[in-house]
Amino acid sequence: MQTTFPRLMLDHAARRPQAAALREKVYGIWQALSWGDLAVLVRHLSGGLAEAGLQRGEHVVVVGENRPRLYASMLAVQSLGGVPVPLYQDAAIGEYIFPITNAEVRFAIVEDQEQVDKLLELRGPCPALTRIWFDKSRGLRNYSEPGLASLDSLVDAGRAWDTAHPGAFEATVAAGQPQDVAAMFFTSGTTGNPKGVVHTHFTLLNRADAGARFDKLTAAEEVLAYLPPAWIGQNIFSCAQWLACGYVVNCPESTGTVMIDLKEIGPTYYFAPPRVFEGLLTSVMIRMEDAGRIKRGLFHHFMNVARRVGPALMDGKPVGAIDKLRYRLGDFFIYGPLRNTLGLSRVRVAYTAGEAIGPDLFTFYRSIGINLKQLYGSTETAVFVCLQPDHEARADTVGVPIEGVEIRLTDSGEILVKSPGLLKEYYKNPAATAEVLDADGWYHTGDAGFLDASGHLKIIDRAKDVGRLIGGPADGAMFAPKYVENKLKFFPYVKEAVAFGDKREKVCAFVNIDMEAVGNWAEKRNLPYAGYTDLAGKPQVLELIRECVEKTNADLARDELLAGSQISRFLVLHKQLEADDGELTRTSKVRRGAIAEKYRPLVDAMYGGAAEQFIEIAVKFEDGRSGSVSATLKIVDAKTFPAVTRKAA
Amino acid sequence: MAQRKIGEVILDVKNISLRFGGVKALSDISFDVREHEVRAIIGPNGAGKSSMLNCINGVYTPQEGNITFRGQTFSHMNSRQVAEMGVARTFQSLALFKGMSVLDNIMTGRNLRMKTNIFQQAIRMPFWSGAAEREESEHREVVEKIIDFLEIQAVRKTPVGRLPYGLQKRVDLGRALAMEPQVLLLDEPMAGMNVEEKQDMSRFILDVNDEYGTTIVLIEHDMSVVMDISDRVVVLDYGKKIGDGTPTEVRANPEVISAYLGTRH
Repeated sequence: MQTTFPRLMLDHAARRPQAAALREKVYGIWQALSWGDLAVLVRHLSGGLAEAGLQRGEHVVVVGENRPRLYASMLAVQSLGGVPVPLYQDAAIGEYIFPITNAEVRFAIVEDQEQVDKLLELRGPCPALTRIWFDKSRGLRNYSEPGLASLDSLVDAGRAWDTAHPGAFEATVAAGQPQDVAAMFFTSGTTGNPKGVVHTHFTLLNRADAGARFDKLTAAEEVLAYLPPAWIGQNIFSCAQWLACGYVVNCPESTGTVMIDLKEIGPTYYFAPPRVFEGLLTSVMIRMEDAGRIKRGLFHHFMNVARRVGPALMDGKPVGAIDKLRYRLGDFFIYGPLRNTLGLSRVRVAYTAGEAIGPDLFTFYRSIGINLKQLYGSTETAVFVCLQPDHEARADTVGVPIEGVEIRLTDSGEILVKSPGLLKEYYKNPAATAEVLDADGWYHTGDAGFLDASGHLKIIDRAKDVGRLIGGPADGAMFAPKYVENKLKFFPYVKEAVAFGDKREKVCAFVNIDMEAVGNWAEKRNLPYAGYTDLAGKPQVLELIRECVEKTNADLARDELLAGSQISRFLVLHKQLEADDGELTRTSKVRRGAIAEKYRPLVDAMYGGAAEQFIEIAVKFEDGRSGSVSATLKIVDAKTFPAVTRKAA
Repeated sequence: MAQRKIGEVILDVKNISLRFGGVKALSDISFDVREHEVRAIIGPNGAGKSSMLNCINGVYTPQEGNITFRGQTFSHMNSRQVAEMGVARTFQSLALFKGMSVLDNIMTGRNLRMKTNIFQQAIRMPFWSGAAEREESEHREVVEKIIDFLEIQAVRKTPVGRLPYGLQKRVDLGRALAMEPQVLLLDEPMAGMNVEEKQDMSRFILDVNDEYGTTIVLIEHDMSVVMDISDRVVVLDYGKKIGDGTPTEVRANPEVISAYLGTRH
């Protein structure tokens, strides 16, 4: 698309000024802002910013929830050729210092008192930050800091400026080119400083448009903007695609009301990370368990029908007439009302991404008639790289490369992407840019994966974590620890898993049981236990986990590339892995290296063939004291399966 | 920080004595409350704090003394009259309709300000030209602003009985605010709350005072909270006033210290 964000906005305003562009629930009522009114608001905001002296190419920080006036502010910045830099609204003060200094930010537009307080505190470390405007004035009436003002006052100033400079707004919008920088997103680096990912109008709008064409999105879509605007996905769904398609973006009343607002709006195009879908399902299941016997019976009966028939119907495969009728009945009694309760009854296209989604979870949503699909992309690729076509959604792939995307795999299995939506650069960081963007224009994703027989991309792990088995029956086979761990974690009884196998002859694993799920399981069997350690050591529990491991192995055996990664021995750890003990990252990812080091005797015992092993390790208790826990752990052998080689089709 | 303008004396309590038979609940209490200030009444259990509030509120009639509100002096108040004059209160033990939604509960606070009568509200006929509807949506707007202010949008339609205690307290405050009072009497707004809930409540009390300019009289026995948020403090003990002044003055008052911590005999 050879255009820019502000030009698209003006286009909509000219073609259909009365149509709703944004909606926000204020004082309990959904209030719409039309394209025409939006254009006027943007014009005034940009006038105010022009008067404040915003330069072409200058960065403006935007911090807050999804609010119409913050969206308008971003468009106003872009109108003047400036670059909005959305930052995470829940970040700690210290996390803002790097982006604000790195991007030489003078101006910030924020939502409320909370953000104002944070930015005012930053004036010490970031002296360049001179002007701050806020959307909601509550609690701020007595602030008299210089440079602090309300968005209302910016609009007023802009209105006056606009009258004094007729035609200036049109001229500045016309001067903006598709190749100009449109926005910058800071990626939360796990190590070192975050990196500012620079995107142009062209890269964002090109991908937005390709995605919209792929799913045939129209101006009639309803979208709920509830994820942080600093995340590029939210920006694509509620800015780039919003302008490309001209649909309505709805802003929830508050973070606490998202589920209520979802139900009221009934979005047609919806995105949520897997944990949101999981939370929704859990709440349904809990409420269902409390329901009366007839309702519960009906629910379980028709959910069985859905499991059998639903996915096939969704994938457009032929289904017997009787099954179709049953499904129709189920739809009337259960699925329809359920979709409505979830707020997903109007969903035409729903996406999930970010982490692996469990097959049961994924199938559940598809079986009740929600077109849930997966996508693959990142901040650097402006999201859309691979998408699943409507009838080919699967839990273990992320879809096919869409229009404009080329995919290549390196020998080590890393995925390389070429697409019109690739980042322009990392801001002021040519070394990092050169690391990911090579001379031929391939972007190195850092993910390992492969294209399966039907052309779908399958992600298995981060490329740097993928190893090889050496010696043993599966010599030289690829070992993807996260892939194996995720498969294990899809079982409700498994809370955490750590797989070892790089440069070893076979795969062994540590398992953490899920206290709640296994505890319930034990109670139902009248199995008494004293606490976590006791429960984790019960022979019955080891047997239960062995079944999970063997099912995982059977599943892995079906995969030619990863059949070697089957788990031959495992043990159930006597303590839960904790971030406080340095075993998990703060975002709950296992730190495989640190764990292997800490539990070296256990790892050695698993590979040495011992049947049990004593271990004593230091732990930190929640009140800050340290102590040690010790236990003798049994090591269990699990059955592995011969690889099933796919018959040549 | 906030520079509120504390104005003239709005409420003046003079020589109040209250007896229940032979029990002297209050003896000869005098203090005043200035416009826009946060005035706290503190004291150990049984000091007479709630009795004092009930006298101002018109629930109890003191045997001696009088109360001057906005220049008008009364020897006894009646609750409805007090409410009409712009004094609202919250209760130590919540006085909410458990089965009704948050919205409806707060709406009850608008009762005094409704002009249409019960028949107009119950029978909605076109020939009444929709006065009740118009009025309801006006009241609803006020209520919605309070809901927004207290950040309870997510439970707008939830029956109050299903809410945690801290939130119920907030709804109780909302109901009192719905009267758009000039003086707000808060009876132990933070009783039974955990630290986080107390912090939230303190913030809301200060915000009410700041945004609406409401004069606040609050009873509390958690000293730390009171000292942080009030402008002036009255200390009662066994029905007698033993201290009056700014938090710093009160904290240094030996009688107050002995009432709270005891004295060595």
